[in-house]
Amino acid sequence: MSERSAWKALAPWLAVFVLLLLAPRFLPRFQIYLTGLILTTGLLAVSLNLVLGLGGMYQFHHAVFYGIGAYTVALVITKTALSPWIGFLLAPVVSALFSLAIGLICVRLSKLYFGMLQISLGSLVWAVVFRWYSFTGGDDGIHGIPVPDIISSTDGAYYFSLILTAICLIVMQRIVNSPFGRSFQAVRDNPVRSEAVGINVKRVQLTGMVISGAFAGIAGSMFVVIEGSVFPELMFWTLSLEIIIMCLLGGWFTFLGPMLGAAIIVLLRTVVGIYTEYWTLVLGIVLMLLILFLPQGVLGYFLEIFKRGGMKAVQERK
Amino acid sequence: MDFASNITISALFQQTLVGLSRTTILFIVASGLSLILGVLRIPNVAHGSLYMIGAFIMYSVNLFFGGGQAGFWMAVLLSPLAVALISLVVERGLFQYLYEREHLMLLLFTFSITLVFGDLVKMVWGSDYRCVDLPAAFQGFYTILGFPFPRYNFFLIITGPVVAFGLWFLTNMTRIGKIARAAAVDREMVGAVGINVSLVFAAVFVIGCFLAGLGGALVAPTQNIRQGMDHAIIIEAFLIVIMGGLGNIWGALLGALIFGLTDSIGILVWPQFAIVFPYVVVVIVLLFCPKGLLKSTW
Repeated sequence: MSERSAWKALAPWLAVFVLLLLAPRFLPRFQIYLTGLILTTGLLAVSLNLVLGLGGMYQFHHAVFYGIGAYTVALVITKTALSPWIGFLLAPVVSALFSLAIGLICVRLSKLYFGMLQISLGSLVWAVVFRWYSFTGGDDGIHGIPVPDIISSTDGAYYFSLILTAICLIVMQRIVNSPFGRSFQAVRDNPVRSEAVGINVKRVQLTGMVISGAFAGIAGSMFVVIEGSVFPELMFWTLSLEIIIMCLLGGWFTFLGPMLGAAIIVLLRTVVGIYTEYWTLVLGIVLMLLILFLPQGVLGYFLEIFKRGGMKAVQERK
Repeated sequence: MDFASNITISALFQQTLVGLSRTTILFIVASGLSLILGVLRIPNVAHGSLYMIGAFIMYSVNLFFGGGQAGFWMAVLLSPLAVALISLVVERGLFQYLYEREHLMLLLFTFSITLVFGDLVKMVWGSDYRCVDLPAAFQGFYTILGFPFPRYNFFLIITGPVVAFGLWFLTNMTRIGKIARAAAVDREMVGAVGINVSLVFAAVFVIGCFLAGLGGALVAPTQNIRQGMDHAIIIEAFLIVIMGGLGNIWGALLGALIFGLTDSIGILVWPQFAIVFPYVVVVIVLLFCPKGLLKSTW
């Protein structure tokens, strides 16, 4: 790609970033909070898509790593005398370690068996957190976590999540396009052939899980900043399925599709939640229609239309 | 810590019996799930919702007949049938178009059904806790070897093997069971010899969901009927099915036995972390037998 076309590709994203950077100037507080939540959930969904879409692995319990990241920050702040910033540094590390441990156990299985073993291990973590009242606060969780002053206001939390999301997305984009990302994709498309050309399939999958877990941990730490609390629902399996749904909704063969899916879900919950308490009914119906008629996701659908349009143009020129 | 401080012979005996009655419920629900997984290859998350609906219908029917003996038996009879009817509508209306989809899509599809059912239950029954009173015949205790034991739990422990035998009979001795087992192995071949596979699948799906409803109806008198019981049971049922071997009825029984007993004995050993024990056992089992304890049909 020449330098000019690289800039051309980058320009819209820069514009979006600048727009988001300026958002607190003209949006009310609640919408800023909501945007921060979308970014957090979106980062979580994109991190899941790294293993689900790129790696084709049935990561059924991604929320565990999100919850672990959040709990790491919360526990460092409330239970230790360490600087809160150490908590933010530790969140991805601890999540990555859990990812490694769970990955080491699961990775020798494939597809549904991989997913189910991961769900059982994740539920184990959830059950411990749910019951360990003296350490994790049990089913109540931990509330009113005092984050550092600079990021404790709505705007501060928003900027924190925006900048962190931007950095993470750039790094993840780099990973996707790196030799590692390519081999991960090769493993997804044809594990047998990848093995034959000398890719260590299990190691690639494990590395993918650890990277993805680390980013989920970062998303978890952002959640603590935005909400100021943690609770065991953060690592309950229904949330994991919800994240998978976000990936599906946005389209898992695109990099930013899951971000769009997360935005749709968070907005749907908020907007429908204003009119009725039965928002999951609406979500469920939307999802059923989506799976029946639009299995490649919203972004995937539009990309396909664009591509088809593009192809038509090419054919006409010929 | 009160670690293992309250283990006595009497408590152990009692908890084993409690665990066995829990096993019955788990087995009934898990065997239905296993049947659907084994034959239709659908990881049916909505199974938990049907269990919850079964429990709520049990409550309503029991109330309608004014409780007591008549109410209880009518409810136990009618609520699984009602659940089966719901599942028939869902299968003919939606699932039959989706059999060829990937597992992940099916999982998400059934999850979205869970979301819809969850809210529908909230609309119909509200979000309060509900309770079903046992008829007089089931109240009170039997004395076994000098230990008191609730009559209803005794009834549950007897029901478990009856259902297991019924399922065994259905899958091994009847025509539809044999066709279903053949379809589980090779559905195209079964279709090729002139059998309407779609109808067989519908029947298996309905039978599996009937079991979910039965489990819900039977569990109703022993606990609060509430929102969220669908999420709790389905994860347990899935783990039992995986632990026992996908699609294997006896595997579901074995898995339910392990799950139910570790849960109830765990309460004696370390009450605070009792819910952790079954998960630990599942993880250990899957570490050594990743495809489950018994032969899976996959």
